[in-house]
Amino acid sequence: MTVDWQTIADAFGLGGMYALMAVGIGLVFGVLRLVNFAYGQLVMAGAYSLAFAYERGWPVWVGILLCFAVVIVLSVAMDWVVFRPLRTQTPAVMLVATFAVAFLLQSIALLWFGSLGKIAASLSSLNQPWTVGGVDIRKISIVATVVAAGCLLALVLLLGRTNVGLHMRAAALDFRTARLLGVRANRVIGTAVLLSGLLAATVAVLMTVQTPLVTPDFALRDTILVLAGVVLGGMNRLISATLGGFAIGFASGFLGGALPTNQSQYLPSFLFAAVILVLLIRPGGLFTRFGQQAAERV
Amino acid sequence: MTTPALELDELEVRHGAVQAVRGISLTVDRGEIVGLIGPNGAGKSSTLHAVMGLVPPGGGDVRLHGNSVVGRSPEDVARSGIALVPEGRRIFAELTVDENLRLGSAGRRFGDLDSVYELFPVVRDFRKRHAGALSGGQQQQLAIARALIARPEVLLLDEPSLGLAPQMVDAVFEALAQIRDSGIAILLVEQRAQRTVALADRSHVLANGRLRLTLGPDAANDTETLVSAYLS
Repeated sequence: MTVDWQTIADAFGLGGMYALMAVGIGLVFGVLRLVNFAYGQLVMAGAYSLAFAYERGWPVWVGILLCFAVVIVLSVAMDWVVFRPLRTQTPAVMLVATFAVAFLLQSIALLWFGSLGKIAASLSSLNQPWTVGGVDIRKISIVATVVAAGCLLALVLLLGRTNVGLHMRAAALDFRTARLLGVRANRVIGTAVLLSGLLAATVAVLMTVQTPLVTPDFALRDTILVLAGVVLGGMNRLISATLGGFAIGFASGFLGGALPTNQSQYLPSFLFAAVILVLLIRPGGLFTRFGQQAAERV
Repeated sequence: MTTPALELDELEVRHGAVQAVRGISLTVDRGEIVGLIGPNGAGKSSTLHAVMGLVPPGGGDVRLHGNSVVGRSPEDVARSGIALVPEGRRIFAELTVDENLRLGSAGRRFGDLDSVYELFPVVRDFRKRHAGALSGGQQQQLAIARALIARPEVLLLDEPSLGLAPQMVDAVFEALAQIRDSGIAILLVEQRAQRTVALADRSHVLANGRLRLTLGPDAANDTETLVSAYLS
């Protein structure tokens, strides 16, 4: 196993991106008790938007704007068409519905763009190194870490310092009581879905730098790993889910870079085995408080 | 004749095949406490849930100052001026006392901190603490304070004395008398029949979803009447 600064920086970058995805999934889970399996497809849609803009030679900022617009429109549409009508149904029904949405979006991508994939390389210059303290580190590793930290800080401020953040936290703890106090259910759910979409678009931009080939299964593997990370950290609290996402991203990035290629093929299996082991010891999640029980729903 | 603050008109509530409330009618005026007492399963909590829009009424009407609130969502009912102190307090244990109070004014923008602090000094003293760290009695005071902060026209309370020490029950009932004096209409659901009858302007005994009897404060010590109403 060889470890260098680039590997550690990559691990931080991937950990940050996975933490953002974990927050996106955790926010919706908090207010709807729903694991959105279609989250990866939102990232995929954002990546295709970037590829679409790149193919036409549009400026980078136009591509990024398009990416955010498409992902937000899709998120809001998902809320209106799927989440709201099914909100009073059982978590199992909503869970299956997100599977259906995931496959639908993936099939649409396959039909529209084909299976060979499209290139989104407008930000490929971020793969060039920066020299930090005499050590060469790819810019994207630093940018991903900084962007993830900035987004998480902004989210902490939003949740901790604003009324809508307070309403979201209350809804995540006890939605019925929050509604009895006048907290508007649709507004809280809509805000969670919107924030979740913003984070998915951010992840799409960062991810296409490292993986410029956008295919219909773009971000699928990452979403599955993040979901495992969210369960690993503890689903019932946003902070524990976020830490779980970061932990699995960091571990994935670190081991992926440090292990020889013939061994790194087994990395996902190792990671899932580790997640199972941790959950056997701490069923409520690695970062939950001692004594807290496992999530009862979903 | 003035319009009552809260009016239940032939209200019915069904939970599947079970009819929990069978056409009850009652009114609550400003500055009045109306008690709703009765054995477990009588339909007391179901009545409050129907008023708040948590369960759709199977029939009848609920009016706030003459305007029907039936069919509205719980948040809309809260925003229109009806506040519920739910059974078991349902405070947000992981949030601070201050944050719980801020949530109380989620529906209406005019928070009335000063009068709430005056009524419940403990809420002011512990405002930076996590609500889960408060004692049961303090949590109940917080739950009532949270409901009052939006200056509701009607206050519904579901078993506010449940699980409290006798001293704390006295404090809660004392506070309810003061809230009544401020002009708020109160519908009080309670298991403590004698205490409720003594405090309320009138109390309705509910059994099997029907109003059986209406008692005035002077009937508080008439144990025989109370027992026969419960067993009817």
